[in-house]
Amino acid sequence: MPHMDRRIRVLIAKPGLDGHDRGAKVVARALRDAGMEVIYTGLRQTPEMIVSAAIQEDVDAIGLSILSGAHMHYFREVKRLLEAQGAEDILLFGGGIIPDEDVPRLKELGVAAVFGPGTSTQEIVDFLRRAVPERWRAQGLA
Amino acid sequence: MRKKHDWLRETYQKSLEKMPERPIAHRTLSDIAPEPLYTPEDIGVLDPEYEEKRGYPGEYPYTRGVYGSMYRSKLWTMRMFAGFGTAEQTNERFKKLLKAGQTGLSVAFDLPTLMGYDSDHPLSKGEVGKCGVAVSSLADMEVLFDGINLEEVTTSMTINSPANAIWAMYLAVAKKRGYDWKKLGGTIQNDILKEFIAQKEFIFPPEPSVKLVIDTFEWGPRNVPKWNFISVSGYHIREAGSTAVQELAWTLADGFEYVEAALKRGLDIDEFAPRISFFFDVHNDFFEEIAKFRAARRIWAKEMRHRYGAKNPQSWMLRTHAQTAGVSLTAQQPLNNIARVAIQALAAVLGGTNSLHTDAYDEALALPTEESATIALRTQQIIAYETGVTHTIDPLAGSYYVEWLTDEMERQAMAIIEEIRRMGGVVRAIEEGYFLRELAEASYRYQQEVERKERIIVGVNAFTDEIPLKVPIQLVDPEVERVQAERLARVRRERDPKRVEEALAGLRQAAVEGQNTMPHFVECALAYCTLGEMMDVLREVYGTYQEPAYV
Repeated sequence: MPHMDRRIRVLIAKPGLDGHDRGAKVVARALRDAGMEVIYTGLRQTPEMIVSAAIQEDVDAIGLSILSGAHMHYFREVKRLLEAQGAEDILLFGGGIIPDEDVPRLKELGVAAVFGPGTSTQEIVDFLRRAVPERWRAQGLA
Repeated sequence: MRKKHDWLRETYQKSLEKMPERPIAHRTLSDIAPEPLYTPEDIGVLDPEYEEKRGYPGEYPYTRGVYGSMYRSKLWTMRMFAGFGTAEQTNERFKKLLKAGQTGLSVAFDLPTLMGYDSDHPLSKGEVGKCGVAVSSLADMEVLFDGINLEEVTTSMTINSPANAIWAMYLAVAKKRGYDWKKLGGTIQNDILKEFIAQKEFIFPPEPSVKLVIDTFEWGPRNVPKWNFISVSGYHIREAGSTAVQELAWTLADGFEYVEAALKRGLDIDEFAPRISFFFDVHNDFFEEIAKFRAARRIWAKEMRHRYGAKNPQSWMLRTHAQTAGVSLTAQQPLNNIARVAIQALAAVLGGTNSLHTDAYDEALALPTEESATIALRTQQIIAYETGVTHTIDPLAGSYYVEWLTDEMERQAMAIIEEIRRMGGVVRAIEEGYFLRELAEASYRYQQEVERKERIIVGVNAFTDEIPLKVPIQLVDPEVERVQAERLARVRRERDPKRVEEALAGLRQAAVEGQNTMPHFVECALAYCTLGEMMDVLREVYGTYQEPAYV
């Protein structure tokens, strides 16, 4: 199975003005420890910057971390730009302080998974190990 | 050896003259009447280090509290952080909190305001009014404090990079309404160093940022003498993942860094130091938190007196606000958070805090609702009025564990403070990425301990069976952005453009020439310059800061 050799590449991004980066960094490090290639954007990224970094770095997934309440806006924008650039195959997921009510709305937008406070990093690792190769198979890459 | 009756006759009595005992029964439920203070004398033991390490409340080194009579006379200030949506909505919440018995206001600003952008700036999109109230000009500030007597309340404002501008707007409201600045009480957070370390709401590079802070050290005591122009904050450091010892050490190191910067400007330590205040987190480890507050007071007093040569005892006193640990709240089984908050609040009180915010149980989910915020306030009131912990001052003093742990935290914190000093101070350590690395390590270590179940979090990695429970969520009206944009448009239309231009030019000149910026911020506020306009002037002069992306 060729895809077994391929390492999952993930962009962890902090969109907008929110500076709460503890979660993003812990997740980035956990994914790296799990053998993935992780690019962390640093703070204060616009949706444009995030999507352009994702395409340039040829990542399989983008994880957005938002604790400011502005999640609907940023997920919508990132999704829109991914589609505009023909990069909708990049898996979009995220986490932060996101009320349950908003999770179905995010899923409708095409966000693959939302991880709230208290999620173990292993859960996120497992999710990516499952979802990313699925995409590879769907795209005939594997 | 100083005896307790001497302290009672001198310090305690003097404190009562200023602030008599509260007219409630200082008696237990069995009708035992505790004395204001207990010392080794009361149980017939010897403590040769008593005076040096513990001392008496209201006396150096203040381990047992900064005021002589502490909660016997005056409870801590119950100060609940609030702010969301428009100035109108937050003003309404303030009035309700005051009516519910809260004793001070505390303003949460939204991210655009914290980052110095107007509500209609492109980068503000989606963020206006979300995690606090939007304030883009004096017009918003006028609405925010409408119908509130600024000489009667004290107001704390959590604002850092744009602190000078926001404080100027508050002072401008007071001036326009005819209040006397000499009578105004409150706090601006204005602690930029911890922004670089942890909270990350910085705009300018560290050096000009510290310069702006020192402008308030110079201008504040002469113009608004009762105002705390800084709240040196460990809260955000802890929330970003530090340990309690790191929080203690880094916060005090930040405090010393400001003192040194102010001394370098030639300011008199005993003029500015009495108005330096602090802000600590209070997390789950009960005794460690209590020890942290006691150690913080002792370290600050010793260093201010002996290292920096302050003569005024007020300069030695570490007065602090505390907030229960938002980071300890769980989204799982959210009602459990009420218990966590109560225990943390009790630790802050037993640690002798001077002011306290209790988190609402739903804060891992969203901004608090009115009901959850009220329960949080009631939690403080139950501790204050029902538990009896206020009968006697510093009731845990003399506990072998608490005293040992206080010493141990002091020892460990001082070792870190010395390490930072060897690096050349906090700004140098920021530039070297020291704090980013240490925080990333500490928070990852903690997360791994939780995942390995070496640390148990109830409802998260143990005892997870739960009846699904929906708690109501506070949502922010998306209309906020429009309301704000309209008010800004009106402000820009109706103000005197010449006065705006002159005020901004004055600010620019002060920044370029290294003069004190505060008088110019006040003039800008009065001229209805927007926050974004003021910050843009400084962005041009000082440049902006990007931190390295370290994982």
